[in-house]
Amino acid sequence: MFSWELLANALVAGLLLGGFYTAVSLGISLIFGLLDIANIAQPAFLILGSYAAYVMNTAFGLDPILTGVLFTPLFYGLGVVVYRVYYGSFERRGEESLRGLVFFFGLLFIIEVSLSLKYGVDYRLVQAAYIGKSIDLGGVGIAYRLLVPCLVGLAMTLALYLFLGRTFYGRAIMAVSQDGPALRLMGADPIHIKTIAFGIGIAAASLAGALLITIAPVIPSTDRDYIGRMFAITVLGGMGSIGGTLVASVILGVIESLMGTFFGPSWSLAVSFGILLIALAVRPAGLFGR
Amino acid sequence: MRRTGAVLLVGLAVVAAGIVVASLRVNPYLYFAGYVILQYVVIATAWNILGGYGGYVNFGTPAFFALGAYTAVFLIQTIRAPLPVLILAGGLVSALLGLGIGYLTLRLRGVFFSIATLALSIVLQTMIMNWEFVGGSRGLSVLRPSGPPFGSYVTFLFTVMVLLAVIAVTVARFIERSWIGRGLAALRDNEEAAECMGVPTLRLKLFATTVSGLLLGVAGAPFPYYVTFVEPNSAFAIDYAVNALAMPMIGGTTSWMGPVIGAVLLGTAQQLATVTISSEMNLFIVGVVLVAFVVLAPEGILGLVRRLRGR
Repeated sequence: MFSWELLANALVAGLLLGGFYTAVSLGISLIFGLLDIANIAQPAFLILGSYAAYVMNTAFGLDPILTGVLFTPLFYGLGVVVYRVYYGSFERRGEESLRGLVFFFGLLFIIEVSLSLKYGVDYRLVQAAYIGKSIDLGGVGIAYRLLVPCLVGLAMTLALYLFLGRTFYGRAIMAVSQDGPALRLMGADPIHIKTIAFGIGIAAASLAGALLITIAPVIPSTDRDYIGRMFAITVLGGMGSIGGTLVASVILGVIESLMGTFFGPSWSLAVSFGILLIALAVRPAGLFGR
Repeated sequence: MRRTGAVLLVGLAVVAAGIVVASLRVNPYLYFAGYVILQYVVIATAWNILGGYGGYVNFGTPAFFALGAYTAVFLIQTIRAPLPVLILAGGLVSALLGLGIGYLTLRLRGVFFSIATLALSIVLQTMIMNWEFVGGSRGLSVLRPSGPPFGSYVTFLFTVMVLLAVIAVTVARFIERSWIGRGLAALRDNEEAAECMGVPTLRLKLFATTVSGLLLGVAGAPFPYYVTFVEPNSAFAIDYAVNALAMPMIGGTTSWMGPVIGAVLLGTAQQLATVTISSEMNLFIVGVVLVAFVVLAPEGILGLVRRLRGR
């Protein structure tokens, strides 16, 4: 079974997958890592993004990734609404931990079931010029359907990194994650800043959803596969560190790809959850803990 | 002491009523539906011992339930063990898993604990899917033993579930009224403070996770005989995770009555929706009701009643 060519292919595929996983996890890294909001409904917004890309692709033949970018304002608005409800019902009353968690779990479930009521449980996919093509580099194939999402993911990472480090609102988000009351004393409204950050997080998830459906067909319950991946990456990456998210995503992508190649794809899902369990039990601060 | 006696009498009366209902031989579908609702009484009660009393939200209900079911499948496949043995064994194995996650609470609190239980459920499902002896991902047919002690096999299982539900509720009520329940409530409100006041938090948490796991495994053990075809996607269904927390949340988490009320109401509504509309619609209803309650009536139905009375 083992051959160097197989290993090289698995490694390259894993690296590309890692780039895509970064895109998937940036939103939750912001929401859970920086804002400490345990939004386990995040994967549902990912899948909503996939279905948006699917609908626009079948109806108008629009490119899935272009759709993803065009829909980000809409999902930003959705994120703002969700955070407002969450804040009003839980955070303001100081009941965020237990009931807030249940709220998001219910939300995840509602979105998933709504999608299966509307579109059924068949696999949905998109058409684009680059899907199905690949370049061959001396025996190592690079599929465009993996390469393009990886590049978009890296661009998103860079954009978020620059946004958090260089702009006023980005720095305000970093500040609110460290000390909300202090931010209020400086004359900024932490709730306003958190709303913006939550909206960006949801928008990032929807764009990643468009990438997801270019990589593989999607069904409404695909979101469950990503709960583990998202949280494993966020915890392993050290809760809200953008560089950490990138490194953790690549580690997860490579391990999953190797497991899938050498032990069969049915084990690859257990990898993320296994890593998550080990990371939580052994080092909850992650590789790059604050 | 007299109250405990009264509770035992009520419990026995419920079991007797169950046997009477089982011997009525009405439409068999009613026993099928009744079994599911009673199973949810056990699951919701078990979840509430850890989640409602202790404040640790367990998303991994399917793991414990399915572990009970698959322990039963294993014993049926190897030695064709009788049902009481299956229930005991399923409960014990799940109790061990519960003890394991109890030790996890040493390092993981709040959200992290919940995510870990979710992860546990998926890891366990993957392992079962790759274990061919118990059917792997394709599933496995289970033959019911011929000749139940009385009635048809479904009515027999229905009666067994009545008994299990009574036991589960009695255990929950006992925990709630004893020093264990007060200790758990203390650590739910503030774990550090409870520890400082001399509450043995670790022992209490281990106790709660073990008992909760045991009851969930007990609920799952008769499952193979109920469905007669066990496959991972139905045994590990996310429905159990959602229902297990939706039912106590709707009823009210601080009292043993809450999960029972929630399970009966939501379970019945789901059965009705499955028959009249579609099984997907019933899940949709659960989700909406759960979110509505957690936002608008965080204390559940019991809390609403209390508020009305207070006025």
